[in-house]
Amino acid sequence: MNRHLSGAGVGVVLALIALVVFGAWRYDGFVSPYNILTVLRYNSMFALVGLGMCFVIMTGGIDLSVGSVAAMSSVVSAYLSPYGLVAGLVGGVGVGLIAGSLSGFIITRMKLLPFIATLAVMLAASGTALLLANNQSVSVSYDTAFMTLGQGNLLAGFKPEWIDGEDAGWAGAALGLLFNFPTPAWMALVAYVIGSVLLNALPFGRHVLAIGGGEEASRLMGLPTDRTVFLAYLISGGLAGMAGVILAAQFGAGQPIEGIGWELFAIASVVVGGTLLTGGKGSIFATLAGVLLLGLIFTILNFENGVGWISLSAYWQSVVRGAFLLVVVILQSRLARRVPA
Amino acid sequence: MSVGVESPLAPAPGRGKLTGPGIGQGGARAATILRRFGSLIALAALILLNLALTPHFATMQTLSVNLTQICTIVIVGVGMTLVIATGGIDLSVGSLMAIAGALAPGFFTGALFHGTNLYVNIALSIIVPVGVAGLFGLFNGWLVSHFRIQPIIATLVLFIAGRGIAQVWTNGDLQVFKMPEFQAIALGHVLGVPFQVWIMLALVVVSAWILRRTVFGRQILAVGGNEPAARLAGVPVSRVKRLVYVASGLCSGIAGLIVIAMNSAADANLIGMGMELDAIAAVAVGGTLLSGGRATIVGTLIGAMIIQLVRYTLLANGVPDSAALIAKAVLIVFAVWLQRQERA
Repeated sequence: MNRHLSGAGVGVVLALIALVVFGAWRYDGFVSPYNILTVLRYNSMFALVGLGMCFVIMTGGIDLSVGSVAAMSSVVSAYLSPYGLVAGLVGGVGVGLIAGSLSGFIITRMKLLPFIATLAVMLAASGTALLLANNQSVSVSYDTAFMTLGQGNLLAGFKPEWIDGEDAGWAGAALGLLFNFPTPAWMALVAYVIGSVLLNALPFGRHVLAIGGGEEASRLMGLPTDRTVFLAYLISGGLAGMAGVILAAQFGAGQPIEGIGWELFAIASVVVGGTLLTGGKGSIFATLAGVLLLGLIFTILNFENGVGWISLSAYWQSVVRGAFLLVVVILQSRLARRVPA
Repeated sequence: MSVGVESPLAPAPGRGKLTGPGIGQGGARAATILRRFGSLIALAALILLNLALTPHFATMQTLSVNLTQICTIVIVGVGMTLVIATGGIDLSVGSLMAIAGALAPGFFTGALFHGTNLYVNIALSIIVPVGVAGLFGLFNGWLVSHFRIQPIIATLVLFIAGRGIAQVWTNGDLQVFKMPEFQAIALGHVLGVPFQVWIMLALVVVSAWILRRTVFGRQILAVGGNEPAARLAGVPVSRVKRLVYVASGLCSGIAGLIVIAMNSAADANLIGMGMELDAIAAVAVGGTLLSGGRATIVGTLIGAMIIQLVRYTLLANGVPDSAALIAKAVLIVFAVWLQRQERA
């Protein structure tokens, strides 16, 4: 069986393809480069947070702190943005790593349940964000290249002239997608490739899955359980920090009260991607598909309202997302029962 | 694993361990006292600290303010304690509060029901929303017991969709109302104590009694302590699970009504926002085992009081709210860590 996409993972990719085909058939401009790139740009933050959550859930844990860690990191990177792109990025990811190591410490050293440990870190990060930002949003410096982390396109500088021309054709459109690919989406893509290598090709990935399958057994086998669990929370914190940097750069401000509910959205994406919440199994790219699937529901609702047949308020998106999650978990429970683990 | 049912093979942390032979009789007794009354001692210490530090602390107003602050948290926490006692968790409480809060005004503004008798309308505006919240709780319980979905995911469905349902229902609009007879559930006073505090106390007493003295209560703890064993012993595991989620739904519904009665308005976007975490924090600080099997309702009340008093102490002494959040985080970690030490 293919390790990258197995079982429920194939299902989510098929569902994603079906949703895209439906959108392309029903709405003008749904598969236009502009729309595709907008969706990717906006959802890259959630993709990063979902990746970290995927690692944590595979160890059998959970990380409730990702949303407020992203908020805290957006504030820190906004403060550092006058010193340049690198300062903002390093500072934002740095505070994320600090928060992640705090979670890891409380869980592995103080032996608290991940749920309660990361709940505390969530409160602490939220308090720190508000304290640093003085309860306001912190504007980002427009003088440095920091904003390009959210709003720029990494390869835009190399784009040949003819691509935007009228007679560029299919090749032009494909290359256009490449050269107009948003910087935050590049960051997410690279993170997912690294994450996939970590999980599938390195001992760390084996350890993560072994611990999720049975922590006590892994410990007895001599696996470095504490170190692996600690690293999983460190990764989650760092990626949440990176999402916070993108948040600040994309919207031009560090936002101390953003990120509410991100953790549960990320958990939903991971579950829709077929990763078991009991740990021990998981797929990196199916998580990405889960993020895009839940994100596309929002886009589809927007387009549906544009068609004008029915008018659904934005509030419907959470109902639809919840219903979607419901279908997925019921199907999963049916599958799990047929094939006893 | 993080939450959910403890694997039957792995020993639950701290349970089933024997006290080390090196610990003497006196030490064991001190440990027992600390375990049973630790949170109460902490609460007493906080009150003494405030009597010394905070001006005007020993007034009826302080008591009233602090009790109303924790009322909805404790009411939701009562249901949450029962759910957690079975080894589950309920993330949907805030969304169910929003649903109940969004439904209720329709019965006295005439949008949902045109009754001529005011008191019939008000009775309906209480019974129907609380009942609907209970039905959604039943839905949670059904997902958990029938489909064997982990509680955190099963209730995540309504966490996401529930608030959406409330928002779609009200179209996201604020429903403002003035209905003193209804608002009495939050604003009325009996014997100088706000009526919502009486509701809270009644729920605490009744559910503490259920948990300690009834067969159902023992069944809840049995399911949380060791589910396969409980099943073999003839405990109706599925029914027990369904009922605790219904209880949590009903409690959330009541809390939702109190919130809108206090605000004189129902805002589906805000009612019960973040309540799941406040309630879980109160349950954890109160000494209930998050993996199930050991629970204390009175502990949840004390836990909520401790969290609120720490916040009040800091705010009353000029510490900003954001710093108080950090203190709350430290408090939660410290309290749960301390309980672990006591059990080990």
